[in-house]
Amino acid sequence: MLGLGVERLRADMNRLLALLFHQGVLDEQFLQLQQLQDESSPNFVSEVVNIYFQESEKLLRNLRSLLMDREFSDYKKMGVHLNQFIGSSSSIGAKRVRNVCVAFRVASEQNNRLGCLRALELLEHEYCYLKNKLHELFQIEQQRLLAAAVRYPVQQH
Amino acid sequence: MSLFHVIGFGWNLVLTLCYWFVSLVFSMNGEVMTTKSLLGDGEQIMMKLLEVIAECTFARYTERTAFERPLTSGVAYAVRVLHSERKEFEKQHGWSIKRMDTLEQTPVHKDNEYDRDGLEPSPVQVEYAPVIFAQDTIAHVISVDMLSGKEDRENVLRARESGKGVLTAPFKLLKTNRLGVIKTFAVYKTDLPSNATPNERIQATDGYLGGVLDIESLVEKLLQQLASKQTILVNVYDTTNISHPISMYVSNVSSDGVERVSSLNFGDPFRRHEMRCRFKQKPPWPWLAITTSTGILIIALLIGQIFHATINRIAKVERDYDEMMMLKKRAEDADVAKSQFLATVSHEIRTPMNGVLGMLHMLMDTNLDVTQQDYVSTAQASGKALVSLINEVLDQAKIESGKLELEAVCFDVRATLDEVLSLFSGKSQEKGVELAVYISDKVPNVLIGDPGRFRQIITNLVGNSIKFTEKGHIFVTVHLVEEVIESDEEIKIESLLKSTLSGLPVADKRQSWRSFVCFNQEGSTSFPSSSLDQINLMVSVEDTGVGIPLDAQSRIFTPFMQVGPSIARIHGGTGIGLSISKCLVQLMKGEIGFVSLPKIGSTFTFTAIFTNVCNNWNEKKSQQISNQSNSVSLDFHGMRALIVDPRTVRARVAQYYMKRLGVHTEVVSDLNHGLSYLRTDNGITNMILIEQEVWDTDLGKSSPFVKNLRKINASVSPKLFILANSINSSGAGVSANGFPTPFVIMKPLRASMLAASLQRAMGVGNKGNSTNGELSGLSLSKLLQGRKILIVDDNNVNLRVAAAALKKYGADVVCTDSGKKALTFLQPPHQFDACFMDIQMPEMDGFEATKRIREMESNINSCIQFGQLGPEAYGNVSSWKVPILAMTADVIQATNEECQKCGMDGYVSKPFEAEQLYQEVSRFFHIKPNQNT
Repeated sequence: MLGLGVERLRADMNRLLALLFHQGVLDEQFLQLQQLQDESSPNFVSEVVNIYFQESEKLLRNLRSLLMDREFSDYKKMGVHLNQFIGSSSSIGAKRVRNVCVAFRVASEQNNRLGCLRALELLEHEYCYLKNKLHELFQIEQQRLLAAAVRYPVQQH
Repeated sequence: MSLFHVIGFGWNLVLTLCYWFVSLVFSMNGEVMTTKSLLGDGEQIMMKLLEVIAECTFARYTERTAFERPLTSGVAYAVRVLHSERKEFEKQHGWSIKRMDTLEQTPVHKDNEYDRDGLEPSPVQVEYAPVIFAQDTIAHVISVDMLSGKEDRENVLRARESGKGVLTAPFKLLKTNRLGVIKTFAVYKTDLPSNATPNERIQATDGYLGGVLDIESLVEKLLQQLASKQTILVNVYDTTNISHPISMYVSNVSSDGVERVSSLNFGDPFRRHEMRCRFKQKPPWPWLAITTSTGILIIALLIGQIFHATINRIAKVERDYDEMMMLKKRAEDADVAKSQFLATVSHEIRTPMNGVLGMLHMLMDTNLDVTQQDYVSTAQASGKALVSLINEVLDQAKIESGKLELEAVCFDVRATLDEVLSLFSGKSQEKGVELAVYISDKVPNVLIGDPGRFRQIITNLVGNSIKFTEKGHIFVTVHLVEEVIESDEEIKIESLLKSTLSGLPVADKRQSWRSFVCFNQEGSTSFPSSSLDQINLMVSVEDTGVGIPLDAQSRIFTPFMQVGPSIARIHGGTGIGLSISKCLVQLMKGEIGFVSLPKIGSTFTFTAIFTNVCNNWNEKKSQQISNQSNSVSLDFHGMRALIVDPRTVRARVAQYYMKRLGVHTEVVSDLNHGLSYLRTDNGITNMILIEQEVWDTDLGKSSPFVKNLRKINASVSPKLFILANSINSSGAGVSANGFPTPFVIMKPLRASMLAASLQRAMGVGNKGNSTNGELSGLSLSKLLQGRKILIVDDNNVNLRVAAAALKKYGADVVCTDSGKKALTFLQPPHQFDACFMDIQMPEMDGFEATKRIREMESNINSCIQFGQLGPEAYGNVSSWKVPILAMTADVIQATNEECQKCGMDGYVSKPFEAEQLYQEVSRFFHIKPNQNT
């Protein structure tokens, strides 16, 4: 029974990944990230992604406060934040977030406050979506690992 | 032309006029002469008849003979009467002598007013000359004393003194009042000698004969005779007194124009006459001159017009040209934009395709039934095909937009070609086509160039060849261009051509490079490879396929051009490969050409220029690279092999590979020769390589050969190998004899494969050899194993990912999150082998940090150099320069120049790609020497 569970969980995970790929939320960089995970660092992906979440939330907060400052928005600083956001997003393969960031950066370069606000909203939305989906993915992974560990203690994957 | 005409015409005119006047004058003179002679005749007659004839008789006579003197209006005779004789004379004639001068002073105009009797009698004079006879027309002068008229007197005196005819100045004639002259001759009583003195003449004078010449009528008559009175105006003047010319004949029509003056001679030397002639009408317009000049004017205008039009035209053409240039530029811009668009789009397509392929790969790992497996594998194959197609399009676009740059890294030519061979080995074995590579000994092992692109060209050509070849062979040869140029080499090639690799005829490959520039430059002095660094390679790919139809040969290098739609359907492909190859060859400063004979085969040849590895440092490096590819070669060093093959070309290929493994080879053409060779060369030969063809056809000979072999070498039996071409054949027939089955080595031969086969058979060493597919991954771990690398990135996520990626290849990774910290880490002496640096960082970005590090290093280096610092303190390294690679998410942002400007060694895109990482890292990391031991 449990073995079937493992297969089902694996299928669920693949389905979810396929969906994310299909939606363009993730790209192949995420697969490479997964490939980097091995015996020496079994939780590599989730560790990195957690760091990503922490950093990103900080960045989002900063961006929002910068934009909320009605009189004077520091677009240059915004650009720096966005560059960082783009870098980290492309590192984990969060493609849609990255794309929104690029659009955001363009708007900030043009000092387009309205565009920036719109982009920020979209970014927050994308980020939440990504976060939820990745959490879901990690949960399934966790379950799968548990199930696998129960059924085949030797096997790691 | 027409000008000459006009001048000629003018001259003619002048000449005609001259002639005219001259003739006129002559004729006038002639007339005068006649008059004179006539008068002369009259003189003689007078002398005899004077006494007997009466006045009326003279009048009648002269009247009758008047027609002989058409120009004289009247003739009269006056006698010389001395004063003493006057009375008697007057009595005798019945009238008194009249004087003339009063008449002259009060000229009468009407005929009826004239009254001879009203004239005053002549005053007393010494002598008189009264007219006694006169023609009827001038009968009024009878009894008038000629000496009383001023003109007449002078005339008479001169005439009798000179004894010649004398003319008066023109004066108004009596009664008629017309202008005339009188010609007077003296009549003498006795014949005088011609030299008589004037006095004698005066004494002898008897009388005077006078003729009245009416100039007006004379000239009119003349002109009538000439029938040109209408056209010519004639004025005749007496110019005896030059200051007061006396007009003798005046045409009453006034006219201006050029006068023609000619002198007249009436036979009196004392008097001068002049005739002035001019045209009555204005001279006719010189029509020819006018037309000519008008014509010239029109022609000039036309020429002007033509010039004007031409200039306009030129200006227009220039404008058009400018416009065209602008349009051309725009078209070129559009072309570049198109290429850039293509590049971008292909890149964008590649990214999701990678996702598709990745997911398909994952899908294959899941539980699938056979049908699903089939679907997925089909999808994956299609996806791979699509990606390779996109890559091709991307290449084309890159080339077109000029973005494609060649690398310059060390690579092993032979290994590169072996890789190509292994790529096609499956296909060639399937088809039973023999695939082989031969590289000349003169080609250096290691060259500097772009191995990827070089491989791409050859892969393209070989791929095409394999597509279109069903039987026979595909033969890749690599030579130096100089080698081929040397004539003896060519002859050698030619002789070799007679026996090709598979024995099938091939196209003459020399034709394929006939159009190459470097061959057309005669003499090798101008040849670019005279410099030691440059290696000019020439690669030929020869096949025995269907060949290219003659009509399609011209467009073979045009992108997307294929021989025909049916070909595309049968064999697939985009037709872009050759075009890309051509571009790549041009980038390598080479040329590409081909020769193709339908049904016989094609040969493609290209040249490419690479750089030789020249100095010692590179020598070491090249050693390492060649060691890496042929790490097994040492195992067979010094062994000897015998190759049994009747075909020299094929034997040479086998020989070439054995030589690469360090094996000495001998070639014999069949088994018998092989045996005899082995007998003489006892116990040294380690292996015998027999061509499958020989083995299969000489089945009868092969088993005795094996037996004999046993007899010769009881102690060390040489191993038998069969070089087989296709999978289905094997040496099964021999195994029945109980002898060990010879090992079968599948073609195409590759160094690594050959080595592995030999190893397996001979039991020398036993190392796992890597498959080519994992080359970059494995090489990366070889390169990075144990290296200490510093990663600088402010982004934690990136830091973690990069560190994990490098750790995976066995590197020892240290992370830091700012440029400033990196400076402290990289303060010499340090243990780092390399540094990966993010470009965009707060406070101090990658470029700035790199600059600082380079400054720091150069300071210390110079200190060490000048002995201020002991090198021992700095790990005995005399010059510090840690390789720094930029990491960037945007490849566009970090161009090569920027990186190089601040002292970076290169750049990698941030999500690491194994191949790019390998290429960059391999530039300054070398495999540690202890790797192979």
